[in-house]
Amino acid sequence: MNDEQRKLLSGEVLEEDIELTLAELCQACHVTTDDIIEFVEYGVVEPRGPEPARWRFRGVSVKRIRSARRLERDLGVNAAGAALALDLLEEIEWMRSRLHRFEDW
Amino acid sequence: MEYKDYYAIMGVKRDAPQDEIKRAYRKLARKYHPDVSKEPDAEARFKEIGEAYEVLKDPEKRTAYDQLGANWKAGEEFRPPPNWDQGFEFTGGFSGAGAEQFSDFFESLFGHGGFTRDFGRGAQREFHARGEDTYAKVVIDLEDAYQGATRTLTLKHTELGADGRPRIKERTLNVRIPKGVRQGQHIRLANQGGAGIGRGEAGDLYLEVEFRRHPLYHVEGKDVFLNLPVAPWEAALGATIKVPTPTGKVDMKIPPHSTGDRKLRLKGRGIPAKEPGDLFVVLKIALPPADTEADRSAYREFEQVFEFNPRTGLGV
Repeated sequence: MNDEQRKLLSGEVLEEDIELTLAELCQACHVTTDDIIEFVEYGVVEPRGPEPARWRFRGVSVKRIRSARRLERDLGVNAAGAALALDLLEEIEWMRSRLHRFEDW
Repeated sequence: MEYKDYYAIMGVKRDAPQDEIKRAYRKLARKYHPDVSKEPDAEARFKEIGEAYEVLKDPEKRTAYDQLGANWKAGEEFRPPPNWDQGFEFTGGFSGAGAEQFSDFFESLFGHGGFTRDFGRGAQREFHARGEDTYAKVVIDLEDAYQGATRTLTLKHTELGADGRPRIKERTLNVRIPKGVRQGQHIRLANQGGAGIGRGEAGDLYLEVEFRRHPLYHVEGKDVFLNLPVAPWEAALGATIKVPTPTGKVDMKIPPHSTGDRKLRLKGRGIPAKEPGDLFVVLKIALPPADTEADRSAYREFEQVFEFNPRTGLGV
Protein backbone atom coordinates (compact mmCIF):
# COMPACT_ATOMS: atom_id res chain seq x y z
CA MET A 1 0.00 0.00 0.00
CA ASN A 2 1.62 3.29 -0.99
CA ASP A 3 1.33 6.57 0.85
CA GLU A 4 -1.62 7.97 -1.07
CA GLN A 5 -3.75 4.91 -0.52
CA ARG A 6 -3.08 4.78 3.16
CA LYS A 7 -5.75 6.67 5.04
CA LEU A 8 -4.77 10.00 6.60
CA LEU A 9 -5.39 9.75 10.34
CA SER A 10 -6.39 12.73 12.42
CA GLY A 11 -6.49 12.93 16.15
CA GLU A 12 -7.18 15.32 18.95
CA VAL A 13 -4.46 17.06 20.89
CA LEU A 14 -4.78 15.65 24.39
CA GLU A 15 -3.61 18.79 26.15
CA GLU A 16 -5.82 21.21 24.21
CA ASP A 17 -8.91 19.62 22.79
CA ILE A 18 -9.84 17.05 25.34
CA GLU A 19 -11.64 17.25 28.63
CA LEU A 20 -12.43 14.01 30.43
CA THR A 21 -15.00 12.94 32.97
CA LEU A 22 -14.04 10.76 35.91
CA ALA A 23 -15.22 7.63 34.09
CA GLU A 24 -13.34 8.53 30.90
CA LEU A 25 -10.16 9.18 32.86
CA CYS A 26 -10.47 5.82 34.63
CA GLN A 27 -10.75 4.11 31.29
CA ALA A 28 -7.90 6.04 29.67
CA CYS A 29 -5.52 5.24 32.53
CA HIS A 30 -6.80 1.79 33.52
CA VAL A 31 -7.38 2.80 37.13
CA THR A 32 -10.39 2.75 39.46
CA THR A 33 -12.38 5.78 40.63
CA ASP A 34 -10.91 5.26 44.11
CA ASP A 35 -7.43 5.57 42.60
CA ILE A 36 -8.39 8.84 40.90
CA ILE A 37 -9.95 10.20 44.06
CA GLU A 38 -6.68 9.52 45.86
CA PHE A 39 -4.72 11.19 43.08
CA VAL A 40 -6.98 14.25 43.34
CA GLU A 41 -6.61 14.30 47.11
CA TYR A 42 -2.83 14.47 46.83
CA GLY A 43 -2.73 16.88 43.91
CA VAL A 44 -1.48 14.54 41.19
CA VAL A 45 -4.39 15.88 39.08
CA GLU A 46 -6.72 18.79 39.71
CA PRO A 47 -10.19 18.67 38.14
CA ARG A 48 -12.63 21.51 37.92
CA GLY A 49 -16.14 20.89 39.24
CA PRO A 50 -17.72 20.68 42.68
CA GLU A 51 -17.97 16.89 43.08
CA PRO A 52 -16.72 13.65 41.48
CA ALA A 53 -19.82 13.26 39.32
CA ARG A 54 -19.20 16.73 37.86
CA TRP A 55 -15.39 16.62 37.76
CA ARG A 56 -13.77 17.55 34.46
CA PHE A 57 -10.10 16.76 33.88
CA ARG A 58 -7.77 18.36 31.38
CA GLY A 59 -6.19 15.99 28.84
CA VAL A 60 -2.77 16.34 30.43
CA SER A 61 -4.16 14.46 33.46
CA VAL A 62 -3.76 11.22 31.53
CA LYS A 63 -0.03 11.81 31.25
CA ARG A 64 0.34 12.71 34.92
CA ILE A 65 -1.58 9.70 36.16
CA ARG A 66 0.34 7.27 33.96
CA SER A 67 3.56 8.78 35.23
CA ALA A 68 2.44 8.63 38.87
CA ARG A 69 1.51 4.96 38.45
CA ARG A 70 4.91 4.14 36.96
CA LEU A 71 6.65 5.96 39.81
CA GLU A 72 4.57 4.02 42.32
CA ARG A 73 5.20 0.70 40.62
CA ASP A 74 8.89 1.12 39.86
CA LEU A 75 10.22 3.40 42.57
CA GLY A 76 7.84 2.71 45.45
CA VAL A 77 6.64 6.31 45.60
CA ASN A 78 3.20 6.96 47.13
CA ALA A 79 0.61 9.40 45.73
CA ALA A 80 1.87 12.36 47.78
CA GLY A 81 5.44 11.73 46.67
CA ALA A 82 4.37 11.25 43.06
CA ALA A 83 2.52 14.60 43.08
CA LEU A 84 5.62 16.35 44.40
CA ALA A 85 7.87 14.56 41.90
CA LEU A 86 5.63 15.49 38.96
CA ASP A 87 5.49 19.16 39.95
CA LEU A 88 9.27 19.30 40.38
CA LEU A 89 9.83 17.51 37.07
CA GLU A 90 7.57 20.04 35.34
CA GLU A 91 9.56 22.87 36.85
CA ILE A 92 12.86 21.27 35.84
CA GLU A 93 11.57 20.79 32.30
CA TRP A 94 10.64 24.46 32.10
CA MET A 95 14.02 25.50 33.48
CA ARG A 96 15.91 23.25 31.06
CA SER A 97 13.98 24.70 28.19
CA ARG A 98 14.74 28.22 29.35
CA LEU A 99 18.41 27.37 29.83
CA HIS A 100 18.69 26.22 26.22
CA ARG A 101 17.71 29.69 25.20
CA PHE A 102 20.99 31.01 26.57
CA GLU A 103 23.23 28.20 25.43
CA ASP A 104 22.85 28.46 21.68
CA TRP A 105 24.87 31.56 20.92
CA MET B 1 23.03 -14.53 21.63
CA GLU B 2 25.22 -12.58 24.00
CA TYR B 3 25.91 -13.41 27.58
CA LYS B 4 24.61 -10.79 29.99
CA ASP B 5 26.55 -10.15 33.15
CA TYR B 6 23.76 -9.25 35.54
CA TYR B 7 26.17 -8.53 38.39
CA ALA B 8 28.10 -6.05 36.28
CA ILE B 9 24.86 -4.43 35.13
CA MET B 10 23.86 -3.89 38.75
CA GLY B 11 27.35 -2.92 39.84
CA VAL B 12 27.57 -5.54 42.60
CA LYS B 13 30.01 -8.36 43.32
CA ARG B 14 28.97 -11.94 42.60
CA ASP B 15 28.79 -12.69 46.33
CA ALA B 16 26.71 -9.64 47.23
CA PRO B 17 24.00 -10.35 49.81
CA GLN B 18 20.35 -9.95 48.79
CA ASP B 19 19.78 -6.69 50.62
CA GLU B 20 22.76 -5.12 48.87
CA ILE B 21 21.25 -6.13 45.54
CA LYS B 22 17.94 -4.57 46.57
CA ARG B 23 19.68 -1.32 47.51
CA ALA B 24 21.62 -1.29 44.25
CA TYR B 25 18.37 -1.77 42.32
CA ARG B 26 16.62 1.09 44.13
CA LYS B 27 19.50 3.45 43.42
CA LEU B 28 19.80 2.51 39.74
CA ALA B 29 16.04 2.50 39.21
CA ARG B 30 15.84 6.04 40.53
CA LYS B 31 18.70 7.13 38.32
CA TYR B 32 17.42 5.59 35.09
CA HIS B 33 13.64 5.62 35.43
CA PRO B 34 12.38 7.03 32.11
CA ASP B 35 9.93 9.40 33.83
CA VAL B 36 12.68 10.97 35.88
CA SER B 37 15.96 10.45 34.08
CA LYS B 38 17.58 12.63 31.47
CA GLU B 39 20.29 10.11 30.64
CA PRO B 40 20.28 9.52 26.87
CA ASP B 41 19.83 5.77 27.05
CA ALA B 42 17.62 5.75 30.16
CA GLU B 43 14.90 3.54 28.78
CA ALA B 44 17.28 0.83 27.56
CA ARG B 45 19.29 0.93 30.77
CA PHE B 46 16.15 0.76 32.90
CA LYS B 47 14.99 -2.33 31.04
CA GLU B 48 18.42 -3.92 31.41
CA ILE B 49 18.51 -3.18 35.13
CA GLY B 50 14.99 -4.53 35.55
CA GLU B 51 15.95 -7.76 33.87
CA ALA B 52 19.11 -8.15 35.94
CA TYR B 53 17.17 -7.53 39.14
CA GLU B 54 14.44 -9.95 38.07
CA VAL B 55 17.05 -12.70 38.15
CA LEU B 56 19.27 -11.66 41.04
CA LYS B 57 16.48 -10.80 43.48
CA ASP B 58 15.03 -14.31 43.30
CA PRO B 59 17.33 -16.75 45.12
CA GLU B 60 16.19 -19.62 42.83
CA LYS B 61 16.90 -17.79 39.59
CA ARG B 62 20.07 -16.29 41.00
CA THR B 63 21.50 -19.67 41.95
CA ALA B 64 20.57 -21.10 38.57
CA TYR B 65 22.22 -18.16 36.83
CA ASP B 66 25.34 -18.60 38.95
CA GLN B 67 25.47 -22.22 37.79
CA LEU B 68 26.44 -21.00 34.34
CA GLY B 69 29.76 -20.19 35.89
CA ALA B 70 31.68 -17.02 36.53
CA ASN B 71 33.91 -17.40 33.48
CA TRP B 72 31.56 -15.86 30.93
CA LYS B 73 32.25 -12.32 29.89
CA ALA B 74 29.47 -9.89 28.99
CA GLY B 75 28.85 -9.87 25.26
CA GLU B 76 30.43 -13.27 24.61
CA GLU B 77 28.62 -15.65 22.27
CA PHE B 78 26.57 -17.86 24.53
CA ARG B 79 24.45 -20.99 24.40
CA PRO B 80 22.98 -22.51 27.55
CA PRO B 81 24.53 -25.93 28.21
CA PRO B 82 22.02 -28.79 28.12
CA ASN B 83 20.32 -29.50 31.46
CA TRP B 84 22.01 -26.47 33.00
CA ASP B 85 18.93 -25.80 35.10
CA GLN B 86 18.39 -29.37 36.18
CA GLY B 87 16.74 -29.54 39.51
CA PHE B 88 15.39 -26.00 39.40
CA GLU B 89 11.70 -25.34 39.21
CA PHE B 90 10.95 -21.73 38.63
CA THR B 91 7.95 -20.85 40.67
CA GLY B 92 5.92 -17.79 40.11
CA GLY B 93 5.54 -15.69 37.00
CA PHE B 94 7.28 -12.44 36.24
CA SER B 95 6.55 -9.21 38.05
CA GLY B 96 5.88 -6.13 36.00
CA ALA B 97 6.14 -6.46 32.23
CA GLY B 98 5.67 -9.74 30.43
CA ALA B 99 8.64 -11.88 29.48
CA GLU B 100 8.47 -10.60 25.90
CA GLN B 101 10.23 -7.48 27.13
CA PHE B 102 13.30 -9.37 28.28
CA SER B 103 16.39 -10.08 26.20
CA ASP B 104 17.01 -13.21 24.16
CA PHE B 105 19.54 -14.20 26.79
CA PHE B 106 16.92 -14.09 29.55
CA GLU B 107 14.40 -15.85 27.33
CA SER B 108 16.75 -18.71 26.64
CA LEU B 109 17.34 -19.32 30.34
CA PHE B 110 14.05 -18.49 32.04
CA GLY B 111 11.54 -17.84 29.33
CA HIS B 112 10.62 -21.37 28.29
CA GLY B 113 7.40 -22.72 29.68
CA GLY B 114 5.95 -19.87 31.69
CA PHE B 115 5.30 -17.35 28.95
CA THR B 116 3.94 -19.50 26.18
CA ARG B 117 1.82 -21.44 28.60
CA ASP B 118 -0.35 -18.39 29.28
CA PHE B 119 -1.11 -17.84 25.64
CA GLY B 120 -0.83 -21.40 24.50
CA ARG B 121 -2.97 -22.93 21.86
CA GLY B 122 -4.84 -24.82 24.52
CA ALA B 123 -6.78 -21.75 25.73
CA GLN B 124 -10.44 -22.51 25.27
CA ARG B 125 -12.14 -19.59 27.01
CA GLU B 126 -13.52 -16.80 24.87
CA PHE B 127 -12.22 -13.58 26.18
CA HIS B 128 -13.02 -10.03 25.10
CA ALA B 129 -11.01 -7.00 26.12
CA ARG B 130 -10.17 -3.57 24.83
CA GLY B 131 -6.67 -3.42 23.36
CA GLU B 132 -3.81 -1.68 25.11
CA ASP B 133 -3.14 2.00 24.52
CA THR B 134 0.21 2.42 22.86
CA TYR B 135 2.62 5.31 22.83
CA ALA B 136 5.08 6.58 20.28
CA LYS B 137 7.02 9.73 19.50
CA VAL B 138 6.77 11.81 16.35
CA VAL B 139 9.50 14.31 15.49
CA ILE B 140 8.43 17.42 13.57
CA ASP B 141 9.99 20.68 12.49
CA LEU B 142 8.90 24.02 13.95
CA GLU B 143 7.45 24.99 10.58
CA ASP B 144 5.09 22.00 10.79
CA ALA B 145 3.54 23.46 13.94
CA TYR B 146 2.92 26.76 12.13
CA GLN B 147 1.28 25.26 9.08
CA GLY B 148 0.18 21.80 10.08
CA ALA B 149 1.68 18.85 8.21
CA THR B 150 1.36 15.20 7.32
CA ARG B 151 3.81 12.68 8.66
CA THR B 152 4.37 9.06 7.75
CA LEU B 153 5.41 6.94 10.70
CA THR B 154 6.60 3.37 10.91
CA LEU B 155 5.87 1.76 14.25
CA LYS B 156 7.18 -1.52 15.57
CA HIS B 157 5.33 -3.64 18.03
CA THR B 158 5.66 -7.10 19.45
CA GLU B 159 2.92 -9.60 18.97
CA LEU B 160 2.54 -13.34 19.26
CA GLY B 161 2.90 -15.38 16.12
CA ALA B 162 0.91 -18.50 15.36
CA ASP B 163 3.58 -20.54 17.11
CA GLY B 164 3.08 -18.61 20.35
CA ARG B 165 6.47 -16.92 20.13
CA PRO B 166 6.74 -13.13 20.19
CA ARG B 167 7.84 -11.42 16.99
CA ILE B 168 8.26 -7.84 15.81
CA LYS B 169 5.69 -6.47 13.40
CA GLU B 170 5.89 -3.15 11.60
CA ARG B 171 3.08 -0.93 10.42
CA THR B 172 3.06 2.40 8.65
CA LEU B 173 0.62 5.23 9.33
CA ASN B 174 -0.12 8.58 7.69
CA VAL B 175 -0.83 11.11 10.42
CA ARG B 176 -2.05 14.69 10.23
CA ILE B 177 -0.06 17.02 12.47
CA PRO B 178 -2.46 19.78 13.50
CA LYS B 179 -1.47 23.43 13.24
CA GLY B 180 -0.54 24.94 16.60
CA VAL B 181 0.63 21.74 18.25
CA ARG B 182 3.35 22.29 20.87
CA GLN B 183 6.38 20.45 22.19
CA GLY B 184 5.47 17.54 24.45
CA GLN B 185 1.78 17.50 23.55
CA HIS B 186 0.08 14.26 22.60
CA ILE B 187 -2.07 13.50 19.59
CA ARG B 188 -4.60 10.79 20.36
CA LEU B 189 -5.44 8.53 17.41
CA ALA B 190 -8.53 6.57 18.37
CA ASN B 191 -8.34 2.78 17.98
CA GLN B 192 -4.88 2.80 16.42
CA GLY B 193 -3.30 1.21 19.46
CA GLY B 194 -3.00 -2.43 20.46
CA ALA B 195 -5.46 -4.89 18.93
CA GLY B 196 -8.46 -5.81 21.05
CA ILE B 197 -8.93 -9.36 22.24
CA GLY B 198 -11.93 -11.25 20.96
CA ARG B 199 -14.55 -8.67 20.08
CA GLY B 200 -12.89 -5.93 22.14
CA GLU B 201 -12.09 -2.75 20.26
CA ALA B 202 -8.51 -1.66 19.70
CA GLY B 203 -6.84 0.71 22.13
CA ASP B 204 -5.72 4.22 21.25
CA LEU B 205 -2.35 5.39 19.95
CA TYR B 206 -0.86 8.44 21.67
CA LEU B 207 1.80 10.28 19.69
CA GLU B 208 4.08 12.56 21.68
CA VAL B 209 5.17 15.53 19.62
CA GLU B 210 8.82 16.48 19.71
CA PHE B 211 10.35 19.39 17.81
CA ARG B 212 13.59 18.79 15.98
CA ARG B 213 16.24 21.24 17.21
CA HIS B 214 16.07 24.21 14.85
CA PRO B 215 19.26 25.91 13.63
CA LEU B 216 17.75 29.39 14.07
CA TYR B 217 14.88 29.29 16.53
CA HIS B 218 14.46 28.25 20.13
CA VAL B 219 10.98 27.27 21.31
CA GLU B 220 9.50 27.65 24.77
CA GLY B 221 5.85 26.69 24.95
CA LYS B 222 4.07 28.94 22.47
CA ASP B 223 6.88 31.51 22.24
CA VAL B 224 9.73 31.37 19.76
CA PHE B 225 13.15 33.01 20.22
CA LEU B 226 15.65 34.14 17.61
CA ASN B 227 19.19 35.34 18.30
CA LEU B 228 19.79 38.21 15.85
CA PRO B 229 23.36 39.37 15.27
CA VAL B 230 23.57 43.15 14.71
CA ALA B 231 26.49 45.45 13.97
CA PRO B 232 27.46 47.94 16.70
CA TRP B 233 26.31 50.91 14.58
CA GLU B 234 22.96 49.25 13.89
CA ALA B 235 22.36 48.87 17.64
CA ALA B 236 23.67 52.30 18.60
CA LEU B 237 22.11 54.30 15.76
CA GLY B 238 19.06 52.17 15.07
CA ALA B 239 18.32 50.47 11.74
CA THR B 240 15.69 48.64 9.74
CA ILE B 241 16.78 45.02 9.35
CA LYS B 242 15.39 42.05 7.46
CA VAL B 243 14.69 39.33 10.01
CA PRO B 244 13.85 35.66 9.33
CA THR B 245 10.71 34.29 10.96
CA PRO B 246 9.10 30.85 10.68
CA THR B 247 6.48 32.43 8.41
CA GLY B 248 8.85 34.39 6.19
CA LYS B 249 11.19 37.41 6.26
CA VAL B 250 9.98 40.63 7.89
CA ASP B 251 11.45 44.11 8.18
CA MET B 252 12.08 45.08 11.75
CA LYS B 253 13.03 48.45 13.21
CA ILE B 254 15.88 48.30 15.69
CA PRO B 255 15.53 51.33 18.00
CA PRO B 256 18.65 53.48 18.52
CA HIS B 257 20.59 53.06 21.78
CA SER B 258 19.86 49.33 21.80
CA THR B 259 22.17 47.32 24.01
CA GLY B 260 23.16 43.69 23.68
CA ASP B 261 20.62 41.04 24.69
CA ARG B 262 17.77 43.50 24.20
CA LYS B 263 14.57 41.54 23.45
CA LEU B 264 12.27 42.87 20.77
CA ARG B 265 8.83 41.33 20.58
CA LEU B 266 7.00 40.47 17.38
CA LYS B 267 3.55 39.93 18.81
CA GLY B 268 1.53 36.99 17.58
CA ARG B 269 4.32 35.50 15.47
CA GLY B 270 4.88 32.60 17.82
CA ILE B 271 3.12 29.26 17.49
CA PRO B 272 -0.46 29.73 16.23
CA ALA B 273 -3.31 29.36 18.70
CA LYS B 274 -6.45 31.18 19.74
CA GLU B 275 -3.96 33.32 21.67
CA PRO B 276 -0.84 32.84 19.54
CA GLY B 277 2.59 33.00 21.11
CA ASP B 278 5.12 35.71 20.33
CA LEU B 279 8.43 35.78 18.46
CA PHE B 280 11.18 37.36 20.55
CA VAL B 281 14.18 38.70 18.67
CA VAL B 282 17.22 38.88 20.94
CA LEU B 283 19.91 41.32 19.78
CA LYS B 284 23.47 40.07 19.89
CA ILE B 285 26.10 42.68 19.12
CA ALA B 286 28.60 41.24 16.66
CA LEU B 287 32.04 42.85 16.39
CA PRO B 288 33.63 43.27 12.97
CA PRO B 289 36.91 41.32 12.87
CA ALA B 290 40.18 43.27 13.12
CA ASP B 291 41.97 41.36 10.38
CA THR B 292 43.60 44.03 8.22
CA GLU B 293 45.59 47.10 9.15
CA ALA B 294 42.69 49.21 7.90
CA ASP B 295 40.35 47.41 10.31
CA ARG B 296 42.69 47.91 13.23
CA SER B 297 43.15 51.53 12.30
CA ALA B 298 39.38 52.00 12.31
CA TYR B 299 39.14 50.47 15.77
CA ARG B 300 41.88 52.69 17.13
CA GLU B 301 40.07 55.73 15.80
CA PHE B 302 36.91 54.42 17.41
CA GLU B 303 38.78 54.22 20.71
CA GLN B 304 40.04 57.82 20.34
CA VAL B 305 36.66 59.27 19.51
CA PHE B 306 34.65 57.54 22.19
CA GLU B 307 36.84 57.71 25.32
CA PHE B 308 34.76 54.79 26.54
CA ASN B 309 35.38 52.86 29.75
CA PRO B 310 32.94 49.96 30.04
CA ARG B 311 34.29 49.11 33.51
CA THR B 312 33.59 52.33 35.40
CA GLY B 313 31.09 50.50 37.58
CA LEU B 314 33.81 48.07 38.72
CA GLY B 315 36.07 50.71 40.21
CA VAL B 316 39.03 49.83 38.00
